[in-house]
Amino acid sequence: MYSLTGLELKNPTILAAGVLGTTGASLRRVALEGGAGAVVSKSIGPEPKKGHPNPSMIKLDCGFLNAMGLPNPSYSEFKGELEIARTAAAVPVVASIFGGSAEEFAEVAEGLLPGKPDAFELNVSCPHAEGYGAAVGSNPCLVEAITARVKEVSDLPVWVKLTPNVSDITAIGKAAEAGGADAVVAINTVKGMAIDIESGYPILGNRSGGLSGPAVKPVAVKCVYDLYAALEVPVIGVGGVSTWEDAVEMIMAGASAVQVGSAVYERLDVFSEISAGIETFLGRKGYGDVKDIIGLAHERV
Amino acid sequence: MRPLNVNIEGIIEESPSTRTFVFDHCFEAAEPGQFVMVWARGVDEVPMGLSSRNSITVQKVGEATSKLFELKIGDSFGLRGPYGHGFTLPSPGEKVLIVAGGVGVAPLAPYAEACQASGAEVRTILGARSASELVFKERFSEAGLLDITTDDGTEGTKGFVTMILEGLDASEYGKIAVCGPEPMMAAVFNVLKGKGEVERAEFSLHRYFKCAIGVCGACCLDPYGLRVCKDGPVFSGEQLLDSEFGKYTRDASGRRVKI
Repeated sequence: MYSLTGLELKNPTILAAGVLGTTGASLRRVALEGGAGAVVSKSIGPEPKKGHPNPSMIKLDCGFLNAMGLPNPSYSEFKGELEIARTAAAVPVVASIFGGSAEEFAEVAEGLLPGKPDAFELNVSCPHAEGYGAAVGSNPCLVEAITARVKEVSDLPVWVKLTPNVSDITAIGKAAEAGGADAVVAINTVKGMAIDIESGYPILGNRSGGLSGPAVKPVAVKCVYDLYAALEVPVIGVGGVSTWEDAVEMIMAGASAVQVGSAVYERLDVFSEISAGIETFLGRKGYGDVKDIIGLAHERV
Repeated sequence: MRPLNVNIEGIIEESPSTRTFVFDHCFEAAEPGQFVMVWARGVDEVPMGLSSRNSITVQKVGEATSKLFELKIGDSFGLRGPYGHGFTLPSPGEKVLIVAGGVGVAPLAPYAEACQASGAEVRTILGARSASELVFKERFSEAGLLDITTDDGTEGTKGFVTMILEGLDASEYGKIAVCGPEPMMAAVFNVLKGKGEVERAEFSLHRYFKCAIGVCGACCLDPYGLRVCKDGPVFSGEQLLDSEFGKYTRDASGRRVKI
């Protein structure tokens, strides 16, 4: 077991929000068959939302580009899915939530409480949803207010997922910490776009979206490195992690755990593979615990 | 992959509401039952089974398909794929039963041809609302035996495909492949279940797709979380036992909608 913000994780790999998290059955499968130490749901909001027209995700040579547009069935419908996930997943189930204001975040959090999530992850970082996500998450005052408001309505741990599409991610991280965040999660996708040169049309239905996968890993490592130095609370690293080597690198930058998203494209059991790889590495290098290498790069000067 | 740009080389009116678009790219390695994401630029992108290695067969049902129906020979659209798993091919000499309904014929016509080419004996039950909606009659009859049913009795047996199916000894067939509207497939599923033959039958499912590459989770089936786009779209009857199949689907937001 691996302890993080009061949750007991089976291992330090976590399913990232927005990936295989629309249904309880899917979350349970990622935990049981995929080997994730914890799972995070699709981001849930106050009203049902269909998301952007397709194409909403394409694979590029360097990673993945997506603009889903926060599709979700609303908290009132999703709490049943949370229950399904929790009954058999046997790992912590984190509810990712979004809203356009602190009040909406609080409404969604309270509305999901009957589904008994183990923690909340606040999506203040989606790069392609007007009025939501990064639209609120690039303003430190809003991030602090939203975090504080969600902390008020529940006693559950609150993680705040940050956007890299700002000039100083640590300023946003500090705002989340000031609002009472138990951890920050970095990073959400990096703004991106692709154009079909035969027709001139932007490929994504939303015209532009967010980049994930191998291309963003160095961006994520740098953000995690800076946040680790700037904050007291744990940093959860996400962005381009698909192997145990990626995970170890992220942990050495300062991550207390890693999230894995796009890499499920290759194989669902990527979580088991990464956590086994981390264990083998720790053994080979003579480390007792993951905690021994968190932020190790900061000591190498 | 980025969408391929394909140019339309031919348009065939299959029925008043169905057209085949033949394009200038050949998916050489595609298995019958695999699908492509068809991008009507500026409108939407929707999944469709390939009706041959270089064609799709489209029923006009929504915005994206209406946009495709405006296209002419020489126009182009985008295609990603082929994705997912297709139907299992038979061994030489094996008997294959195909049950096709409506535009569900699209992936089954190339399957019937591939079965015949591999030396299997093919029998098809083809159903539609009326005679004018029967698609690929010739392709199925050239591949083997063909039984036709129409809801209004304008051709073949009046009624549903299940009326023919009930009279057959399903145990004779090594492979059973089904595609069509979900209520029809669910009825076929129940008949085969009654005969004790449903586990090995294969059904091609349709769900709302977003990413189409197994990442987003929009098309996951209850209760095991199987992804229609990546683990399917063709599933064995065994995988579908006690599942949401025939009961409900989900809309683009993820809300359950009754079938």
